[in-house]
Amino acid sequence: MSALPVLDLKDASSFPSRRTEAWKYSDLRKFLREAPQPSPSAPIPLTGGGPFEALGGEAMVFVNGRPVDASARVVCGEQTVRLRLISRAEGTGHAVAARISARAGAKLLLLETHEGEGAGYVAHNRLELDLAEGAEVARIVLTDEPEDAISVTQTAVRLARGARYRQTVLASGARLQRLETGVSHPGHEADVRLDGAYVLAGSRHADLTSVVDHLGRDGTTSQLTKGVVKDAARGVFQGKIIVERGADGTDARMGHHALILSERGEVDAKPELIIYADEVQCAHGNTVGNLDQNALFYMQQRGLPLDEARALLTAAFLMEVVDRIEHEAARETVRTWLTERL
Amino acid sequence: MLSISNLHVSVGDKPILKGLSLDVPAGEVHAVMGPNGAGKSTLGYALSGRPGYEATEGAATWRGEDLLALEPAERAAKGVFLSFQYPIEIPGVPALTFVRTALNAQRRARGEEEVSAPAFLKLVRAASQALKMDFDMLKRPLNVGFSGGEKKRMEILQMALLEPSLLILDETDSGLDIDALRIVADGVNALRSPERSMLVITHYQRLLDYIRPDRVHVLAAGRIVASGGPELAHQLEAEGYDKYLPEAA
Repeated sequence: MSALPVLDLKDASSFPSRRTEAWKYSDLRKFLREAPQPSPSAPIPLTGGGPFEALGGEAMVFVNGRPVDASARVVCGEQTVRLRLISRAEGTGHAVAARISARAGAKLLLLETHEGEGAGYVAHNRLELDLAEGAEVARIVLTDEPEDAISVTQTAVRLARGARYRQTVLASGARLQRLETGVSHPGHEADVRLDGAYVLAGSRHADLTSVVDHLGRDGTTSQLTKGVVKDAARGVFQGKIIVERGADGTDARMGHHALILSERGEVDAKPELIIYADEVQCAHGNTVGNLDQNALFYMQQRGLPLDEARALLTAAFLMEVVDRIEHEAARETVRTWLTERL
Repeated sequence: MLSISNLHVSVGDKPILKGLSLDVPAGEVHAVMGPNGAGKSTLGYALSGRPGYEATEGAATWRGEDLLALEPAERAAKGVFLSFQYPIEIPGVPALTFVRTALNAQRRARGEEEVSAPAFLKLVRAASQALKMDFDMLKRPLNVGFSGGEKKRMEILQMALLEPSLLILDETDSGLDIDALRIVADGVNALRSPERSMLVITHYQRLLDYIRPDRVHVLAAGRIVASGGPELAHQLEAEGYDKYLPEAA
């Protein structure tokens, strides 16, 4: 996954600028020139169990980069893990390194929350997810961070044959928020769904970047990202699917669709399919537009005030992503989370 | 009563309605007929407040209220309903959700209590049966993938549930076969009442065999140029609109 350089918070020379192709829409160096002072260890106990508390399972918590318990976990059988990445810092920086391995045949619901309680911090999260043969992982990410925070999450997902990986990332942005996913896809009936949604207001910036590398034959990837941008916010989508030589029979689909609801909002989209195999089915679609004015008038004519009509149309637009979450309780939590942010 | 006097409406810089005057008393059904480009659809849009249809002169009042000063949703809450010639598809919003949201928004605007989900479902079941609509269709996104006839029935269903007091039907017969036309017309006729006024905008006389108007007006070049009883519609059908068109300059 050389396309996605890993950064090191202690080393300012590792901070990419827009001259690094993979970071050209999210110029980290513009916001961060020097390595931040390390964040202090934050006081524990924690209040509450996070946005997914009601779904139960076991918690795996990091506060200011430090694990409250373990930083690695092996999952067997069926489990729910709430991975909570909590930032309680003011102007300092911290890094998380976490690793989760799903054993053969394991079934994991990974509910990840980025809970920012401070201000102006820099958070760097490095996650590694390993799925053994036939393992199934559904990862759902909710981010809630202050408007002046910088947060970069780099996730490396490695699948064995026949594994199923489902990801839905919901980004509400920060000064710079980047959620990066690299998937090493072995083919051979392994199946990936990689979805995302961003809802951005104010001057927030969110970047959903992914690289899926199809290494073997008969693998499938389905990717759907949708975003809504208001005010002077900026959304970035970079999706790359590589089909290596010999990965015949690959079926890969990518869609990114965004709405810009303001004059100053911006969306940068870069979908890429790089195909070295001959017999593949690959497609991508990308659209950026505004709400349908005819639909807005129609809804108003039936009595919906303009704001309500806009919210209903916007929600309907984004919910296509949410509807793809298979776990019902998680899906409803995400639906509520998203509705509150429209 | 709907009262329109000397209404001028422009779309962009282009004047479309040029001094239109028309009264529709409570309980009456008036037809507005006219050739293509006369301004028929513009009249419907101007009365319902579509952005871009700007009234530059004149007045339009409904039950004494100045319509032109109100937002589209406020007009709807006052009872104005425009049945679209081409109803809009709303992806991702189930028809049931849409109509209930609209109904409750109108009720809120009027200071009335919202309708509960069970009570609403009961209303919808009765109304959809009367229109011979498949109830399951209402769970699908509004108008998405509906046939022309289904979309028009959906409009009539919304009328029946929202109970508007001023109905504006814009070319409701377009795209309908005879069977669908009859069902739609029955739906409209069921809504005729002494409190409700209707403005039926149509190019062809055919619709008026099913929805019998009290008065017929001819709209040409942005004004009402002739008015009469139902017989005027038949005369237009036989003679065409030629004599009402402005002389070629």
